[in-house]
Amino acid sequence: MHIMLADDDSDDRMLFEEALNATGINCQCVFFEDGVSLVEFMKDPQVRQPDILFLDLNMPVKSGIDCLTELRNYAHLKQLSIAIYSTSNAIRDIEQTFTMGANVYINKPSNFQKLTTVLAHVLKMNFQFQQSGLNKETFYLNI
Amino acid sequence: MRYHVSVQNHDLPVRLISEVLAEHKVDYHLSEDGFLLIEQAISPFQLDLIKSRLEHYYIQLCDEDQSHLIHRIRHILTEMVFKPEPNLKNITQYLSQQMNLSYGYLSSIFSQQAMLSIEKYVILLKIERAKRLILEDRLTLKEISDFLNYSSVGHFSKQFKKTTGLTISSFRRIVRLKKYES
Repeated sequence: MHIMLADDDSDDRMLFEEALNATGINCQCVFFEDGVSLVEFMKDPQVRQPDILFLDLNMPVKSGIDCLTELRNYAHLKQLSIAIYSTSNAIRDIEQTFTMGANVYINKPSNFQKLTTVLAHVLKMNFQFQQSGLNKETFYLNI
Repeated sequence: MRYHVSVQNHDLPVRLISEVLAEHKVDYHLSEDGFLLIEQAISPFQLDLIKSRLEHYYIQLCDEDQSHLIHRIRHILTEMVFKPEPNLKNITQYLSQQMNLSYGYLSSIFSQQAMLSIEKYVILLKIERAKRLILEDRLTLKEISDFLNYSSVGHFSKQFKKTTGLTISSFRRIVRLKKYES
């Protein structure tokens, strides 16, 4: 599985990578340190798209929400699976991100074990949707 | 005398297969995409004989590979859940009949390959169907719950929340907001 994460916090990126390895699911992850470089990279239609992109909500300069809005404006990225990765679990934030085109909303878990479980669950669900050709427009998973 | 051997007929393997199977008096269907369907029960012993006869001609019968099996399971289940009048009462029995394989076997292969059990996959499909029905906005929740063979609206709402992480009303709000935004 091919995965991308945009998160400005280097500790969080490392934790994410370790949790990803701990899931036992075979995957490669590409990291971005900010939203600007992510969007810059993704807007090229020739670039290989990931199976799923994880977006941290709180990033300086270009926030997760800004990235989400911009990415969804590109025709070639309409079907991309996007998971929002955030510390907020306010229902307002959750509903807003879904409205703006996120497929998954993840409330950043407080410990490593939980993060591993959550990532495994999201990857498996995403895999089901891809394999079954289910409509991702109604792919709402809040975890 | 020396002869040049010219083999022009690409149907040779097909003819060989038919001859071998005819020798064994087996009913079969050979499809153009390379699948051989043996349409009757034959003993493993007889199958081995057929296989070794064919291998003599460098023709190998490979077991239908597992990814193809998974693909068919997904297809049958999706059809069951998404047809106009879904019949969701005897899913396991129906699947096993359609595939002509035991449910235990299918379920273990599916869990290994698809990273999910068949039961959970069916729940996922049912919730997807429920989402569409909610989007269409023609049926009440009670009707949707009956339509998808849930024992009660309560059970249906619980499974919706468990699968999507959202309550049905939250899902509805998002859908409305999305429509409004676009």
